[in-house]
Amino acid sequence: MIEREILIEAPVDVVWRTITEPDQIALWFADRVELVAEPGAHGYMHFGEHGGGPVVVLDVEPPTRFSFRWNHSLEEVPDASNSMLVEFTLTSEGHERTRLRVTESGHELRDWPDAEKQRYANDHQGGWATHLARLATLLQERP
Amino acid sequence: MTMTMLSDDELVFAVAEPSRRRVLDLLVRNGEASAWSLAGHVPFTRQAVSKHLVVLEGAGLVSRRKHRREVLYRVEPDRLHQATRAMAELAAQWDRRLDAIKRLAEAAHAEAKLHASKEGA
Repeated sequence: MIEREILIEAPVDVVWRTITEPDQIALWFADRVELVAEPGAHGYMHFGEHGGGPVVVLDVEPPTRFSFRWNHSLEEVPDASNSMLVEFTLTSEGHERTRLRVTESGHELRDWPDAEKQRYANDHQGGWATHLARLATLLQERP
Repeated sequence: MTMTMLSDDELVFAVAEPSRRRVLDLLVRNGEASAWSLAGHVPFTRQAVSKHLVVLEGAGLVSRRKHRREVLYRVEPDRLHQATRAMAELAAQWDRRLDAIKRLAEAAHAEAKLHASKEGA
């Protein structure tokens, strides 16, 4: 899982509009955005020379949670098995300040027994970027 | 399509799934192993392990060879390093997007405040 966050000097509802309104999304994410911020809505995003792909909106809980699935293939409908999940969490920190957190992850641990999920979560608290970097180091150290 | 032509997107997708990373994990630790022996160390079936190995092999992250009657898999170090670089780039992309969101939201807020103070005056 990729996990990033930023502190914004604006109220939470302003940040909410920036990340959910198509003409706003087009300013920071894709160059063409067809999207309605409603749970289950199917949309489309275009990324210049990289082409475009379908997007499916999941959670819409104004003004705190917004998530969607996306990938870059036109033929497929994004679902848990073939796409990436992007989740935004907005936290108001006073009248004019918002903490915005984003995670991007692959399909999650739904098929695993609970004990395994817990063990995995404990082992990989740093997220998968950290995990991979550690694996790469291990591999180098191996004789 | 050759391995080197595969995009970072595919590489990232291959390692985005926790079960696949678990399989990679085991291969890094064990050096070389068959699907059957890997399945003994994970909470999913041998069929699932085989599917993950197909995806990992497709992304160039593992390679296989026949040894007697078994097929043995091992990690390709260069591709694993490429995957970690792709992950770092993905994180950097989100940093750039968050910066852009911050600039947009703060500019919109500043403008709204300006309007409000003009109306108030």
